[in-house]
Amino acid sequence: MSKISELSLTKIVNGIKKKDFSSEEVTKSFIDNSKKSKKLNTYITECFDEALKFSKNFDKKKDYKGLLSGVPIAVKDLFCTKNVKTTAGSKILHNFIPTYESTVTSNLWSQGAFLLGKLNCDEFAMGSSNETSFFGNVKNPYGEKLVPGGSSGGSASALAAGLTPATIGTDTGGSIRQPASFTGTVGLKPTYGRCSRWGIVAFASSLDQAGPMTINVEDSALLLQAMSGYDSKDSTSVDKKVENYSSNLTDKIKGLKIGIPKEYRVDKMPTEIDDLWKKGIEYLKDAGAIIKNISLEHTMYALPAYYIVAPAEASSNLARYDGVKYGHRARGKNLIEMYENTRSEGFGNEVKRRILIGTYVLSSGYYDAYYLKAQKVRKLIKNDFDKAFKDVDAILTPSTPSSAFKIGDKSDDPVSMYLNDIFTVPVNLSGLPAISVPAGYDKNNLPLGLQLIGKAFDEQTILNLSLAIEKRANFKKNYKIWWS
Amino acid sequence: MTEKKFDYYISGEKDKWEVIIGLEVHAQVLSQSKLFSSSSTKFGSEPNTQVSLVDSGFPGMLPVINQFCVEQSIKTGLGLKAKINLNSVFDRKNYFYADLPQGYQISQYKNPIVGEGEVILDMPYGIKKIGIERLHLEQDAGKSIHDMDPENSFVDLNRSGVALMEIVSKPDLRSPQEVNFYIKKLRSIMRYLGTCDGNMQEGSLRADVNVSVRKIGDKKFGTRCEIKNVNSIKFMEMAIEYEANRQVQLLESGKIIDQETRLFDTKKNSTRSMRSKEDAHDYRYFPDPDLLPLNLDKGLIDKLKKELPELPDQKKERFIKEHNLSSYEANILVSEKEISDYYEEVIKGCDKKLATNWITVELFAVLNKYNISITQSPISAKNLSSLIKMITSGKISGKIAKDVFEKMQSGDKDPKQIVEKEGLLQQSDPKELEKIIVTVISKNQDKVTQYKSGKEKLFGYFVGEVMKASKGKANPQLVNEILKKKLH
Repeated sequence: MSKISELSLTKIVNGIKKKDFSSEEVTKSFIDNSKKSKKLNTYITECFDEALKFSKNFDKKKDYKGLLSGVPIAVKDLFCTKNVKTTAGSKILHNFIPTYESTVTSNLWSQGAFLLGKLNCDEFAMGSSNETSFFGNVKNPYGEKLVPGGSSGGSASALAAGLTPATIGTDTGGSIRQPASFTGTVGLKPTYGRCSRWGIVAFASSLDQAGPMTINVEDSALLLQAMSGYDSKDSTSVDKKVENYSSNLTDKIKGLKIGIPKEYRVDKMPTEIDDLWKKGIEYLKDAGAIIKNISLEHTMYALPAYYIVAPAEASSNLARYDGVKYGHRARGKNLIEMYENTRSEGFGNEVKRRILIGTYVLSSGYYDAYYLKAQKVRKLIKNDFDKAFKDVDAILTPSTPSSAFKIGDKSDDPVSMYLNDIFTVPVNLSGLPAISVPAGYDKNNLPLGLQLIGKAFDEQTILNLSLAIEKRANFKKNYKIWWS
Repeated sequence: MTEKKFDYYISGEKDKWEVIIGLEVHAQVLSQSKLFSSSSTKFGSEPNTQVSLVDSGFPGMLPVINQFCVEQSIKTGLGLKAKINLNSVFDRKNYFYADLPQGYQISQYKNPIVGEGEVILDMPYGIKKIGIERLHLEQDAGKSIHDMDPENSFVDLNRSGVALMEIVSKPDLRSPQEVNFYIKKLRSIMRYLGTCDGNMQEGSLRADVNVSVRKIGDKKFGTRCEIKNVNSIKFMEMAIEYEANRQVQLLESGKIIDQETRLFDTKKNSTRSMRSKEDAHDYRYFPDPDLLPLNLDKGLIDKLKKELPELPDQKKERFIKEHNLSSYEANILVSEKEISDYYEEVIKGCDKKLATNWITVELFAVLNKYNISITQSPISAKNLSSLIKMITSGKISGKIAKDVFEKMQSGDKDPKQIVEKEGLLQQSDPKELEKIIVTVISKNQDKVTQYKSGKEKLFGYFVGEVMKASKGKANPQLVNEILKKKLH
């Protein structure tokens, strides 16, 4: 592995600015790594030639004004990219080339970054292991047989393996934080409304949020700053000034009050997760934080509520993939048969399962019992957080109930798969920001992450707390390259 | 005038039946751009030329509410004397169709923007109030075209996403005629407000018609059928007539009415079943998570209320009170905004009663003859106004005025110029008139003798001769006075 690709995003940006190396050298370095990484199956679409061309042009123009000047970035294949195939990991969009660019990727490009490629993900971001992708499962750099997590599994794996200096994912129920935890990287889900959803293939509109995935906290602050902002094209985006997360970043967190919710100590949780959590508490105490036990009493209802709300919205959001306008179309004797054949062929099993669940919970006669009730639960969960945040500045929990599991281990058992989201889902239901920061290893030397949940639009506090943990945990990637 | 009585009942073989009708009117909001995108709403453009990525349901596209359309629907609500709901919600109505690109229509289900209101109808048998249940905003779908190709259907998305107001009436209508009056009144109110052009040929106004029947005296409503998407008043009347009779026949022969959706076949003049209640779609309504609830500022509603133009009911009242018009005349003048605009232009500085007569009799005859609307009138309000002023000031006689009116029709000519050019000014100089009268009398000595011996009817003959001699320009009143003197 070449040296540049070992550097953090921040160091690469600064290196280009200081002319330690050129954008072209940086780009080549990541392309080299990427080309050798076929076994990881992270890329759906490679844009290496275009990226190289862009970097050469950049080196001629030498415009260093952007936050990400001269940096190639591969992104989750859920972001629509102009003239570059965007599949959402689905057969139904296997040939879809948008004529438009998502707001979030546009923001990156206007800060001087450019597209390196489109990364694999669970189909329509529905999955926790990247096994539902039409383009095959992604592998975890920490083991050929291990899942990278999901749905932003391609992003997490590519980042951890040094194929891209940073990446962006989307998080509907943990899709950034869980794969970050499984790959020893930093993943942040911003407050709902912080980043525009315009041009992101929708899964569940009231939960989806794009966020940065980086190898350290400093990079997370930088990338968050670059991608965030109000967008009049997204009615749910919030018109609130974007903070200078990078320059405000500090590990001086003395006096901050940290809540430890007792409801997150779930049954059958491996002791090493509990140990990690205790370690996290010690790190923060060491940095001067005040630890408080809190209660988020409706936590146990979050997962069932999530698996009603998200599929309900998805069943409607995915209705547009009908073979009429774009994407995959199967033939049929009439319109109905064309729909049936298109959607039967175009969607995978997990997507079909969620469309069925969603259609069911919205059906007349069931709406009140399921969808409406789930919305009420959602409100209660939000109230729990609101109450807790009157006493604390942030909440510390484990990111996941386990480390990366084996490919195929849970794919036949959706419920055990869904349980993987147990710590991440309440945050999406409440619209709050949360970050997963690598904090240690399990007995098999697999990375484990801690989650910090913040107040709405207080990404800065959880970034600062993560920095404090990062400095103390001294996490180092410790896999052996097996894929090249 | 004797007041007519309401008498629309269906006489079956056994009983007399009352017809109960409720309408769901779909009125296209008059706006430059669509409800959730900036695409143009212009009618009649090439297929698929007014379609944005949002209208065509591309991945990742999001709706953004068009504030103007919201204000248009509030104005309409105010025009219907309805309650404006400060909080309303956009829902998704989910169903699959080729011309519905998102796979759902954004509509308002549980919480519409406008609540209960009313429309007042001036029926021949008196005033009738029709309750409005609600008004909500929704997107129109595109158009499927099945007759362009033997193998394929085509889809035109120009209409996709255009804003519609669905105006739901209470089941207060009782006859095809009431439906006729209701649609016309609703259309008129929206045209006064400028919120819908009401153009039924272009599909800007269409309705789903709910029809049921019950025996006279029954309190309970019968089972209703919904006739979908009827796009002319005439067809609505025909469809109701047919459907009510069909239901009466069924019920009188001991059968029951199935609650169903029916289509009106304009060629056969009958309705036929489209789908039964069992086959009804489950639309799986739920709040659209891409849109925030619509929270209106009370200040905005007050502002729109202040800016509201005078509406037909108020205008009618003013015309009766201030212009001394009859209710019948006022009704005609306010029935369409363009007519009242024309009238109000004509009456600037001239006699209102006379203006009303000229518009509703002479002008309407011309419009009817050419089958054109008042906006296409060959005579401008300004020129009609000067014609009427010339009559009231005695410059021309009513008879001459009719000739001038005739001549004005080609190229909207100025009546003053016609009168001048053709020398049509009324002769009101008594000396001149006396000369003519003397000549006429001397030429008709035999008639003078007859007149004086008692045949007073001959007076008219003399008037006619004088008018003839003056080429119709003599002031008839003066002619009368002078003639009377001379003949005595």
